[in-house]
Amino acid sequence: MTAPLVEMRNISKRFGAIVALRQVSLAIGAGEVVGLVGDNAAGKSTLMKILSGVHTADAGEIVLDGRPRTFTSPMDARGAGIEMVYQDFALVPELSVTQNIFLGRELLQSGARSRFVDKPKMRERATHLIERLGLRVPPVDTPVRAISGGQQQAVAIARATAFDARLVIMDEPTANLAAAAIAKVRAAIGRMKSHGVAVIVISHRIEDVLETADRAVVLKHGSVVGERRIAETRGDELVHMIVAGQDPRDAGASGGEGVEAGSGAGAGAGAGGEDEPGAGGGRSASP
Amino acid sequence: MAGLDRRRLGLLAVRYALFLALGLWLVAMSLASEHFLTWLNFLNVARQAAPILVIAVGMTFVMATAGIDLSVGSLVALVSVLIVTFFGLGLPAEAVIPAVLAIGLFSGLVNGYFVRLGLPPFVVTLAMLTTLRGIAFVVSDGYATPVKDDFVLWLGRGKIGPIHTPIVLAVIVAIIGWVVLSKTRFGLYALAVGGREEAARAMGINVDRVKLAVYGAIGLLGALAGIVLTGRLGNGSPNAGIMLELEVIAATVLGGTSLFGGVATMAGTVAGALFINFVRNGLNLLGVNPFWVQVATGLILLLAVLLNTVVNRRVTEWARVLRTDESEDEP
Repeated sequence: MTAPLVEMRNISKRFGAIVALRQVSLAIGAGEVVGLVGDNAAGKSTLMKILSGVHTADAGEIVLDGRPRTFTSPMDARGAGIEMVYQDFALVPELSVTQNIFLGRELLQSGARSRFVDKPKMRERATHLIERLGLRVPPVDTPVRAISGGQQQAVAIARATAFDARLVIMDEPTANLAAAAIAKVRAAIGRMKSHGVAVIVISHRIEDVLETADRAVVLKHGSVVGERRIAETRGDELVHMIVAGQDPRDAGASGGEGVEAGSGAGAGAGAGGEDEPGAGGGRSASP
Repeated sequence: MAGLDRRRLGLLAVRYALFLALGLWLVAMSLASEHFLTWLNFLNVARQAAPILVIAVGMTFVMATAGIDLSVGSLVALVSVLIVTFFGLGLPAEAVIPAVLAIGLFSGLVNGYFVRLGLPPFVVTLAMLTTLRGIAFVVSDGYATPVKDDFVLWLGRGKIGPIHTPIVLAVIVAIIGWVVLSKTRFGLYALAVGGREEAARAMGINVDRVKLAVYGAIGLLGALAGIVLTGRLGNGSPNAGIMLELEVIAATVLGGTSLFGGVATMAGTVAGALFINFVRNGLNLLGVNPFWVQVATGLILLLAVLLNTVVNRRVTEWARVLRTDESEDEP
C-alpha cells in the first residue's frame, strides 16, 4: 500500500469519566472510500470530530501527507483540505444555496484589499460546483429552507468539495433522505472518489457502506473491532462484528492482532493491547 | 398556470406589503390633507424619523443575529444627561461627543458580553434598560438641563444646505448599514449566526465576536441618536427616549427583519421607520387625539409581528410549493 493520505494513530479521547476512544488508528488513501460503522456510542462521530478539528484528541496523532498535524478548529482542518458533511447538513436555512456553500470562505471582489463579497463570482462557482457533482438543485439564489432534504444534502456536499477538498467525511449522509436522493448521494460519493478525493462515510446503514466503500472499519465501545475490504466481506459479517464487537476471523487466532498493533500502521484493529493484556478483538465483550 | 400566477402575485404582495402600505398611506393622506404633500412636512417627518432610523439600523443587525436590544431608549436618556453634565464640567464638545459615543459603545459591549454567555438578549437588555435609566436619573437628580453648545444644537436642529442635519446623519448611517449588511462578510455572518448558530460555528465563524460586535454597534448608534435628540430638544433630560426602543423595534420588524434571526433588510427598516412616522404625522394633521396615535403605533407593531411570523411562514410554504411545481421530477 502506498503512503496513506491521512493517518490517525492511536487516538484516545475521554469526556470526563467516559472513555470515548481507546487508541484507535485509521488510515485512508487518496481516492479511497472507507465506511466507518458501529453501534450508537461506538465512537464514530467522536473520531471524525477529532479529524475535522471539532474536538482535539487527548493522545495520539494525525498525520497528513506524512507530516503530523494538529487541528484545533474546523477551520484548521478545512484549511488542510479535510471537510465534513454534517448529519444535519449544518446549513443556515435562511441563507441562499450560494451563501451556504461559501459560508466562512466568501470570495472577495478583486482589487486592492477589497472588503466586499463578490456575489456574481460565487453564484457562478456555486452553479458550476453543483453541476460537476451531477446534482440537481434549484437556482443558487434560493434560500436553503425552501429546498428538499435531498437538495440540502447536495448543497452540503457541494460545499465540502468547493475548495479542493482532499478528504470528505460524511456523517450519516443518507439518514434523512428519500430513496431517490440516497441514490444521488451514493453517486456523488463515487464521483468524489473518481476525482481522487478520499471519503469516510459514517453510517449505520450497512447498504451505504457495501454500495460505496472500498473498505469498512468497525468500531465498538471506542475501539476498532476489525476491518474488511468490501470485496471480501458480506453484510451479515459486518453486522455480526458491529453487534458482537468481535472479529470472527480472530476467534482463536488473536496472535495476528498483536503483530498488526505492533506495526502501528494502517487501520489495524486491536491497538492498545498494552492497556488490556490479551484482549485482542474481544476487549469490548462487556454485555 | 393562472393559479400559479395569482399565487406568485399574492406572494409578492405579502413580501412588499410595507412598501404598498406606505404608498397607499401617502396617497390617502395627500387627498385627506392639503398640508401633507409639502416639502416642509416631508422634511419634518424625516427629521422625526432620523434618530429612530439611526438606532433601527443597529437593531437590524441585532435582530439578524436573533437578538434584541431593549436598552436603547434608556441609553438615549443617559447620553442626554451626560452631555449636559460634561458640558457643566467645562469640557468642550470635541471631548464630550467622543466620550458619550464611547459610553454608548461600552454599554452595548456589556449587553453583548452577557448575551455571549448565553443569557437571553431580552432579559439582559431589559436589565440594562432599567439600569441605564436609573443611572440617568441619579446623574441628573431628575432634572432636565438646557444645552447651550452650538455644535450639539446644530446636530439636532441645524441644516446642511436645505436638509436638516439629523436627516443627513440618518441617511449616512443607513447607507453604511446597507453596505455592511448586504456586501460584507460581517453582514452575512450576522445573518448566519441568527439563522442557525451551530451551522455558523461549524463553518468556522466566530459567533461570539459577531454578537459582541452587533451589540457594540447598536450601543454606538444609540449614543449618536441620543446626541441628536438632545440637540433637537435643546436639553439633557433623564426622561428622553422613553418607549423609543419600541418604536425602533416596530420599524425594524415592520420592515421585514425577522424577530427570529437570519433575515434582515435595510431598505425595509428605512421604510418601516418612515411609515411609523408618516402615520403619526398624518393622524396629527387630521386632528386625531394624540393619545390615539399611541394606540395606532401599538396596533402597527402588532400587525408587523403578525406579518413577520404567521404570514411569513405561509409565504415560505407557498414558495416551496411553487418551486416543487416548477421542478416536478425532483424527489
